[in-house]
Amino acid sequence: MRLPRSPLLWIGLVLVLVQVGVAVAAPWIAPYDPLQQTILARMRPPGAPYWFGTDNFGRDVLSRVLHGYRSSLAVSAASVMGALLVGGSLGVIAAYYRGWTDRIVMRVMDVLFAFPIILLAIGIIAVLGPRTGTTAVAIGIVYVPIFARLLRGPALVLAESEFVQAAKVLGVSDVGIMLGHIVPNLASVILVQASLSLSTAILVEASLSFLGIGTQPPTPSLGLMLAESRAFLLISPWPSVFSGAAILLAAFGFNLLGDALRDTLDPRLRGRD
Amino acid sequence: MLRLILDRAVDLLVVLFGVSVVAFLMIRLIPGDAVQIMLGANAAVTEEAMAALRARLGLDQPMIVQYLSWIGGVLRGDLGTSIWTGKPVLEEILDRIGVTAELLVLSLGFAVILAVPAGSLMAYVRGGAADQIVRVITIAGVTMPGFWLGTLLIYGFYAWAPAWPAVGWVPIGQDPAGHFQRMLLPTLALGLPILASLSRIVRSAMLDALGQDYVRTARAKGVPERTVVLRHALRNALIPFVTAVGITAGYLFGGTIVVEQVFALPGLGRLVIGAIAERNYPLIQATILLVTTGFVVINFVVDLLYLVIDPRTRGGG
Repeated sequence: MRLPRSPLLWIGLVLVLVQVGVAVAAPWIAPYDPLQQTILARMRPPGAPYWFGTDNFGRDVLSRVLHGYRSSLAVSAASVMGALLVGGSLGVIAAYYRGWTDRIVMRVMDVLFAFPIILLAIGIIAVLGPRTGTTAVAIGIVYVPIFARLLRGPALVLAESEFVQAAKVLGVSDVGIMLGHIVPNLASVILVQASLSLSTAILVEASLSFLGIGTQPPTPSLGLMLAESRAFLLISPWPSVFSGAAILLAAFGFNLLGDALRDTLDPRLRGRD
Repeated sequence: MLRLILDRAVDLLVVLFGVSVVAFLMIRLIPGDAVQIMLGANAAVTEEAMAALRARLGLDQPMIVQYLSWIGGVLRGDLGTSIWTGKPVLEEILDRIGVTAELLVLSLGFAVILAVPAGSLMAYVRGGAADQIVRVITIAGVTMPGFWLGTLLIYGFYAWAPAWPAVGWVPIGQDPAGHFQRMLLPTLALGLPILASLSRIVRSAMLDALGQDYVRTARAKGVPERTVVLRHALRNALIPFVTAVGITAGYLFGGTIVVEQVFALPGLGRLVIGAIAERNYPLIQATILLVTTGFVVINFVVDLLYLVIDPRTRGGG
């Protein structure tokens, strides 16, 4: 296979891989315990030995950012994966069986889609109580209709295709056709949307944590760090700068990757947006 | 045409019915005894108080009866009573909704007005390195967290323009200049990311429109380039742009919740976040129901406008 030439694709890919690597390796590469408070080294500006400075409790900002990546990416990845499994299955099932199944499933999706994203997440969190695990569930539910709607269209086309008709004639089961013939052909759509969804899920997770209803302390989270450090913004801006920059960089990497992947995988869109 | 409008209206009613069911179920899905949880943080909770709340919410009735009596109340304007203040929640929401609506309109207006020239310019300089740079900048803009941008703006104004009132809120009637001074930074924090995403949409819609046959025909006829771009291309490019604005409005509401928190604006967002901490479920439920209904109706109206403006959408739909 010829390697794609798009430089943006490579920049996106490197950004994503580095950040995922950092998130996975956080416990080993963080120079300090993210919760350890050093009273004598509070609100230090960046410089050795605290490269990103320290916060109002004398905690190392670099270590907190690294661990924050870990929880932010874990929550976002879990929610997008869950939404893909549930929403994607619903979309494919609706497209394959059509008729009433399609109508009912897609109407339910329309209803979920009608809610503004953060508002629906807030409602779910209000019901389940603000806990770290709840955030992933809430964001996951919010993204279910996005995957269902996105996969239904191409799945409808595939369900009518000759190879699917042939598989039916050969007696392949419905599940076998959906998993063996339809889903593999949706791989590029799934890849692009998963990457773009991860980007927005990171922003939603950060927003909810910033509001105090997402990841709960003492778990280090980028949104929470930004919220906590804002009280000391005018005396010590660095924790706010680094935690926010980390959120932007994570969301930016996945968005750039998804955007460039869409161009590379779908030549019809090349040169458009 | 009439049939199409009727079809859309039926769709609208189905979605609104679904939204109301989801909002209704919210309180019923709270794990454990909802009444106890709602009154839990209150020290003076008596058996009588719990029984009274239970009866008021009708939790001892069958679900269908509960829903019907709840939706009946909603349609008469009774969205429930705030657990803490005892005031009707509708009153509390109406007290706050103005600030949120103003922020939404200002930031959307800011983004919409600038997106058309910005996007057209981006379409004009297309090709080669310029494309890639435009793309990186707009993606960075789209993924910029509004609450971080807001925080940076507060710090920047503190450092370089300390006299500027960056945070807080005053009623417009009391001090109009101070009111808009304080709205400037929230509007930028919310509007700039939207500007990035909308101008991207204008750019690709412009490029699409410029590649169409009618543009080539117009050029071949000798129509001046200015007229080709403004009358033929731009007018058609505005169609996807208007849809995007409708969808963006709903997305923007999520942003206002967060940005209100950053700038300490007394809007709906702060009311809802406060309500979560207080377990004031009727207030959360009513806010979700009202705001979602508002956006569903706005998007429905946008859809209808298309049917009127653009004959092409009347065909397949």
